Amino acid sequence: MVGTAAVSVAAANAGASAQAQSTTATIDRHSTQVSFTVNGTRRELTVDNRTTLLDALREQLALTGTKKGCDHGQCGACTVMVDGRRINSCLSLAVMHEGDEITTIEGLGTTSDMHPMQAAFVRHDGFQCGYCTPGQICSSVAVLEEIAAGIPSHVTEDLAAQMQVTDAEIRERMSGNICRCGAYANIIAAINDVAGRPA
Amino acid sequence: MRFDTPATNNPIDQMKVVGQAITRIDGPRKVTGTATYAYEWHDASLKAAYGYPVGAAIAKGRISSMDVQAARQAPGVLAVVTAESAGKLGKGSLNTATLMGGPEIQHYHQAIAVVVAETFEQARSAAQLIKVDYVEAPGAFDLAAEMENAVKPESGDPDSAAGDFGPAFEAAAVKLDERYTTPDQSHAMMEPHASLAVWNGDELTLWTSNQMIAWNRAQIAATLGMEEDKIHIMSPFIGGGFGSKLFLRSDALLAALGAKAAGRPVKLALPRPFLMNNTTHRPATIQRIRIGAGQDGRITAIGHESWSGDLPGGGPEAAVMQTRLLYAGQHRMTAMRLATLDLPEGNAMRAPGEAPGLMALEIAMDEMAEKLGIDPVEFRIINDTQVDPEKPEKQFSHRQFVECLRLGAERFGWERRNPTPGSVRDGRWLVGMGVASAFRNNLVMKSGARVRLDREGVVTVETDMTDIGTGTYTIIAQTAAEMMGLTVDKVAVNLGDTRFPVSAGSGGQWGANSSTAGVYAACVALREKIAQKLGFNSTDVTFADGEIRSGNRAISLAQAAGDDGITAEDTIEYGDVSEEKQQSTFGAHFVEVGIDAYTAEIRVRRMLGVAAAGRILNPITARSQMIGAMTMGVGGAFMEELAVDKRRGFFVNHDLAGYEVPVHADIHDQEVIFLDETDPYSSPMKAKGVGELGLCGVAAALANAVHNATGVRVRNYPVTLDKIIRDLPRIG
Amino acid sequence: MRQFTYERATSAASAAAAVADNGNAKFIAGGTNLLDLMKLEIETPTHLIDVNGLGLDKIEATEKGGLKIGALVRNTDLAADERVRRDYGVLTRALVAGASGQLRNKATTAGNLLQRTRCPYFYDTNQPCNKRQPGSGCSAIGGVTRQLGIVGVSDQCIATHPSDMAVAMRALDATVETVKSDGVTRSIPIADFHRLPGDTPHIETALDQGEIITAVTLPPPVAGRHVYRKVRDRASYAFALVSVAAIVRPDGTGRVALGGVAHKPWRVEAAEADMPNGAATVMRKLLDGARTTEENEFKVTLAERTLAGILEETKG
Repeated sequence: MVGTAAVSVAAANAGASAQAQSTTATIDRHSTQVSFTVNGTRRELTVDNRTTLLDALREQLALTGTKKGCDHGQCGACTVMVDGRRINSCLSLAVMHEGDEITTIEGLGTTSDMHPMQAAFVRHDGFQCGYCTPGQICSSVAVLEEIAAGIPSHVTEDLAAQMQVTDAEIRERMSGNICRCGAYANIIAAINDVAGRPA
Repeated sequence: MRFDTPATNNPIDQMKVVGQAITRIDGPRKVTGTATYAYEWHDASLKAAYGYPVGAAIAKGRISSMDVQAARQAPGVLAVVTAESAGKLGKGSLNTATLMGGPEIQHYHQAIAVVVAETFEQARSAAQLIKVDYVEAPGAFDLAAEMENAVKPESGDPDSAAGDFGPAFEAAAVKLDERYTTPDQSHAMMEPHASLAVWNGDELTLWTSNQMIAWNRAQIAATLGMEEDKIHIMSPFIGGGFGSKLFLRSDALLAALGAKAAGRPVKLALPRPFLMNNTTHRPATIQRIRIGAGQDGRITAIGHESWSGDLPGGGPEAAVMQTRLLYAGQHRMTAMRLATLDLPEGNAMRAPGEAPGLMALEIAMDEMAEKLGIDPVEFRIINDTQVDPEKPEKQFSHRQFVECLRLGAERFGWERRNPTPGSVRDGRWLVGMGVASAFRNNLVMKSGARVRLDREGVVTVETDMTDIGTGTYTIIAQTAAEMMGLTVDKVAVNLGDTRFPVSAGSGGQWGANSSTAGVYAACVALREKIAQKLGFNSTDVTFADGEIRSGNRAISLAQAAGDDGITAEDTIEYGDVSEEKQQSTFGAHFVEVGIDAYTAEIRVRRMLGVAAAGRILNPITARSQMIGAMTMGVGGAFMEELAVDKRRGFFVNHDLAGYEVPVHADIHDQEVIFLDETDPYSSPMKAKGVGELGLCGVAAALANAVHNATGVRVRNYPVTLDKIIRDLPRIG
Repeated sequence: MRQFTYERATSAASAAAAVADNGNAKFIAGGTNLLDLMKLEIETPTHLIDVNGLGLDKIEATEKGGLKIGALVRNTDLAADERVRRDYGVLTRALVAGASGQLRNKATTAGNLLQRTRCPYFYDTNQPCNKRQPGSGCSAIGGVTRQLGIVGVSDQCIATHPSDMAVAMRALDATVETVKSDGVTRSIPIADFHRLPGDTPHIETALDQGEIITAVTLPPPVAGRHVYRKVRDRASYAFALVSVAAIVRPDGTGRVALGGVAHKPWRVEAAEADMPNGAATVMRKLLDGARTTEENEFKVTLAERTLAGILEETKG
């Protein structure tokens, strides 16, 4: 059975929903060509099947804004948005992102043109060493969207009611992003600021 | 510049820039992911290969055989280095265990090999192919069991005494004699130790994540048998350290060895599950505290003993140090004893000594206050001292400890605390308040800097100082701006490069005060050079608004610099002034916790930290140090413990799922107050440090709050629900 | 992580066939647990079959008035589904108590059921572990056990199942729908899906090699207050010390299942009749035969008090 996955031609633009065996070009049996969009730019690369999305971003595309803190889904430093949803890029294989739209911290803003959340983090000192920060910011942006989309959380009291942006909701939803420097209180202030809530 | 008399008025006192709430100058880079950490130097010419470490699978013993053949032959592998193939390695004086083990194994996950391959995936995979056989040796892993074998350490001032403790304690009207334990803890900073090593002939360039790069250079020189001037280290951004990156660690050594063997630049980051046993940790302690007092609450006798363990050649956790200085009392003793343990190396973690020491002492003080029927804030105030109680002739340079307690109590609403434990209920929550003192000595370190004024009127500061999240970039810019009459946007700061003057480095909460004092010294030299060049009398010039002024003459700094610019360099060095007075930092922590009456879950409701720590150079970054430390204190109080497998000799919960640190949901309202003060004995900056002070006492305040909420006294950290649930009131 | 070949599956049955023929092949969906384990070489598949394209990502009403949850429905989507929130609150509550927002966005229904234990000795390949390496011994027994199992344990293994979702599904009497390589389908009651460790702790579920989960079916809604209480040291993003899924009717009767105590979601139906008599009575039956260590015996008290809190909260 092993080896039957080895397949023919590259068809990088075919969607993941198409016939599997036509979208996957196997270079040798253990590498695959994959194509996805990162921060609006189409990227095609050949990856060792073992390469995580995180390592593809950091090592192959030199997008090191996304951080490797634990490589095991235990810290959140590697948080990126895939098709509008935040995930831990360390626990996802690059080869499984054919056709996906990926947004990393570099896609949110630049030092001269910061995303409102990035600017709020600077204003409220929502970081210290800076290593968890890109993940915190990606999560912060996603958290406000998740609340707006009505996705419940552990602290949501009424599952039937309209979701509200509250300190408790933000804290709970941000809990997958560890900050050992302990900037949590300032991060909440930054998110509240962007959400238009009084600090 | 020698600092040997207390500071008088100087340009820093203007506080136009220093002391102002300026956001971090490195902030935009950090929030956009463009600050470059050690593993992230992607210059194409580097073409770094990937290193992956292999760790010992036993705690103690010897490698009997090692087969690296399969690894060497694995796809993409460029080199495999073991102790055998590495050649003779020295050991830096700051390492207790060797960084490359074999054949002797000194602790679990001690590095025994590095595999270098073209890709990370190949290196990681090949590392698993190394087959090792061991002969295990029995080891000592249980501190409690080894207490009786503990000895008085040879150095480090283990004992102290004044008066006659024994009889005084026996005679005291009210006595406490209790034992407390603190567990092994992990720094758990977010960026793992990481290094990129590049050889050029016999010269080594190392990008690494390290708090003290001058130390690091000396240590790698000793380990690799090199001259220091052949080593160039860069560490401009560091993803947290907390003491874990004070020393040379295996990431840098393995990267250097791997790069040498592979003939390629090599980068290596310690895998998270490997890091906790491979690197250092805060050692566990067992502490006995005895306090005797009169009915008036005055302490007459205070004794603090601490036992900790370390590998042979290691040192004790100095948990008794604060007890020598914090409270009055005529008869006193402290003692530290050190057991040999074959666990991984114990070493400094944020506020070493005081953090675990106050975890115990400040519960003891709470217990004593309860025995005396005196409010715990008042009990601490009664026992304030303005002199070193062991050496009463030595005064504190500045001690606003009582002010911290009083102000904190007022702001926190301490008067609302019900002194009867277990009497406040809010819905399903049992609510309690706690207080503890914060204390940490102020250390000063020699620190140098170079400053260059260019024809754009921009001052560039270069120092090998590091910013581990503390805000160094910003406070150095503020210092230079203040000295030169500029705004911070006219100052550029370059840090973390051994080509720059040697600084204090980041450790012991000395970094802010010492490194800015070094920049102050360099700026004084620059001011003189500028004045000299212009023929101004340097004693009556002022620097303001981008100009140098003397009398009615004013020249812009850009013009003064000319095409060649002007460069000055100096180092602040400390004379006896730092010995004349006892320099310490003080504070108080007030907390409120809730305990679920059913499940005994413990949650923090609010925290207030008050600090008296000299001039606050930047209230934003200083506050962040405080709230960060308070957050770490929540971890220390309620969850952090490296669980020891006492049979097999290792920390079992060696990842971030098993070793829990606080998350967002654990942290609610945090407030910080800094007392307005300056301490002319500390440096021309008149500042001290807050980064460690902020952690000191937090855990005890929380433990005391749990007692106030429930009536259950837990003396063994972490205070977790299993330790209180059986003693909670019955339900149903 | 060992090298592996990779393919995207086109149908559940063909995916099942691919794994049935190859003991070293594994399905991958969310990957949040499998990749974690592969990095440590606790899992060492040489072939991965990506099942994400199988379209099993829908939640549909069943003819019987229940819900059929596709195997690939992400935890976030399941928790947010209006019908689940309204009619199966305990399931939404359990889902959002687990992991983090990021992980829930990837993790799937089937993958959540198939999570492996978080026992630290299982996670350290230097330590003997009967689950990881049958016959090597259990190093957890006699070691650090605070998080580990107290009921249904064996001399070979004291690991717990880490899922929250599965505990709620156990309380809801869910059924796991599967298909084998020959196209034969099975409906496995969730009570029978996870196994106790016994002498074969490495065999964790009732699935055959190559059998693939296609859906989890929920019976019609169970009336009553739906509660999931997860107790942990830190406030979020941690595995349960003990968790309790409960459905309590106004008369005090209902259902209760526990997480964090056993190798599977723990439910003893016979204990539930005692719910109106209080938590202590229920727990005597539910945790009958508990085998605790000094470090984890608190879980007995904790489970009882947690249930007591729920019964108090849901009164009247």
